[in-house]
Amino acid sequence: MPELKLISANFDVPGRSGIEVYIRGGGYRAARRAFDALTPEQVIEEVKKSGLRGRGGAGFPAGLKWSFVPRESALPKYLCCNADEGEPGTFKDRLIMLKDPHLLIEGIIIACYAIGIHTAFVYVRGEYVAEAAALQRAVDEAYAGGFLGANLFNKDFALDVLVHRGAGAYICGEETGLIESLEGKRGNPRLKPPFPALVGAFQGPTVVNNVETLANVPMIIEKGGEWYAAIGPEKNTGTRLFAVSGHVNKPGVYELTMDVTARELIYDYCGGVSGAGKLKAFIPGGSSSPCLTADEVDVQMSFDALMKAGSMGGSGAVIVLNDTVDIPKLALRTLKFYEHESCGQCTPCREGLPWLVKILTRMLDGRGAPGDVDLMLEICDSIFGKTFCPLGDAAAMPTRGFLMKFRGEFEELTAGGKAETA
Amino acid sequence: MEATKTVLSPEARREAESLMKKYPDPGAALLPILHIAQREFGHISTDVEEYVAALTGLSTTRVHGVVSFYTMYRKAPGGKYLLQLCTNVSCTLAGAEDLLGHLIRRLGVSPGETTPDGKFTLLTVECLGACGSAPAMQINDDYHEELTAEKIDRLLDSLV
Ligand SMILES: Cc1cc2nc3c(=O)[nH]c(=O)nc-3n(C[C@H](O)[C@H](O)[C@H](O)COP(=O)(O)O)c2cc1C
Ligand code: SF4
Ligand code: FES
Repeated sequence: MPELKLISANFDVPGRSGIEVYIRGGGYRAARRAFDALTPEQVIEEVKKSGLRGRGGAGFPAGLKWSFVPRESALPKYLCCNADEGEPGTFKDRLIMLKDPHLLIEGIIIACYAIGIHTAFVYVRGEYVAEAAALQRAVDEAYAGGFLGANLFNKDFALDVLVHRGAGAYICGEETGLIESLEGKRGNPRLKPPFPALVGAFQGPTVVNNVETLANVPMIIEKGGEWYAAIGPEKNTGTRLFAVSGHVNKPGVYELTMDVTARELIYDYCGGVSGAGKLKAFIPGGSSSPCLTADEVDVQMSFDALMKAGSMGGSGAVIVLNDTVDIPKLALRTLKFYEHESCGQCTPCREGLPWLVKILTRMLDGRGAPGDVDLMLEICDSIFGKTFCPLGDAAAMPTRGFLMKFRGEFEELTAGGKAETA
Repeated sequence: MEATKTVLSPEARREAESLMKKYPDPGAALLPILHIAQREFGHISTDVEEYVAALTGLSTTRVHGVVSFYTMYRKAPGGKYLLQLCTNVSCTLAGAEDLLGHLIRRLGVSPGETTPDGKFTLLTVECLGACGSAPAMQINDDYHEELTAEKIDRLLDSLV
């Protein structure tokens, strides 16, 4: 089956990042339809009907999130578009910003109309200099074209969009870390509740949505929530931009419905496993998601099926590992990332991660002790679910996955393991 | 008080001032203003922190806290070209370790160090969001992808 290109349909159209080509291709029609024909409540209803789930990591239903924001608020409400794209393995939001930035802006306009928001921020990771510039150009064009600013679509509705660059910190992709960072502070996540929908940026009610999530909104408004809901498996509707990297012959971004299996993704779309080896394992949803083994390759790449398989859909980033990969080494590399990115606010994460790094480093140096594997699992348990923000889980879950699915490789590094195999 | 020579150019200062007006709270312009300051001064010294604090009306503690939190703010002077090699998972699977070895040998410096001629600073960084075309390296603002040792050699030779 070919890819089902809805989001990426126009990525290759020459000049598409400019507003003229965008409008010629039917752009800003959905926003106009929302303003002309639908009440804000009806827009939220369509998005709810579509079943659209957040593409940033948690898969939370977008329409439901929007409906949590109070209609009336003493303080201004805000939309934060999350373009931090820091989850290792993920490289799809940048394509939207570079190749079809007006699609994102149109999604933002519709979301703001629906929720009653007059200021939106796009928080772009600091390294994405070209992406932020492309988006800023598109924002400038949208202002000039009357799609941003005052009196949108002849309604008494104003909307400002600010492109804001981060400065290198993975934790600022977490929604409350993002809000703190946007406010010009260290990106230390906030304790929830209160949830951002009630108390977010500048204390106002705030919605945080991923770039790809918002880019889905125009087509939902143009073609209807029911149309969208019929695409893909139930409760996992629409397409996803799967970003595939690692040991495949044709890495890249593939837009597919979520009934695609990992096998189809890897072998049919990505040209199979690269290098000398066979498939050993794959990480289905960014480095925070627990790996699945070659035996599990027939899993459907939907939020729900991956959850059932003990992993998660996460950011849609698939990292493929062939059987030359040394799993303990990979686990250490992953752990070091989370250790480096921990904000240090809470003890289980701040102390647990360096401890895990230390034990695994020792094991890889040939100084493993019997019981090390169980000790690591215990530390993972002491982190999981006990931290301020989900970064702790994001480190503990994949580590536990590596330890449990490839226990033998870790045991070999401990004295006990060596004694047994000797 | 002693006059400090750490002053933004008039255009940069105007840019910073207009940024402060764009946000619901002027303090929210701190990250973008620090990007501007880094563009002008090359790195964020204590002097620059103090200058930015005065400009924004924020405490130096707040400014310093922010500068130290984010990896992209350079705390010390560096080379003309900042070589930021990604060593996260997908890049490592694609051979980033070998490329790092190559860079270390070619430049004669370790990650975090600058070549004696002041031309290159070598850094290892986390995932750049270019995993589909790994291994990747960002040189100043620009991405370079699908790297090999030969490609790196050609790249570095082309930088003057
Ligand atoms: C440590 C951490 C990093 C995250 N990084 C990102 C990111 O880079 N981009 C993103 O969209 N969501 C990221 N998320 C998820 C956000 O917290 C949030 O759920 C998401 O932006 C909501 O948007 P959505 O509902 O449209 O998916 C991250 C979460 C955690 C815990
Ligand atoms: S879990 Fe880690 S990153 Fe999250 S708040 Fe605690 S220390 Fe910070
Ligand atoms: S792992 Fe290197 S760019 Fe993502």
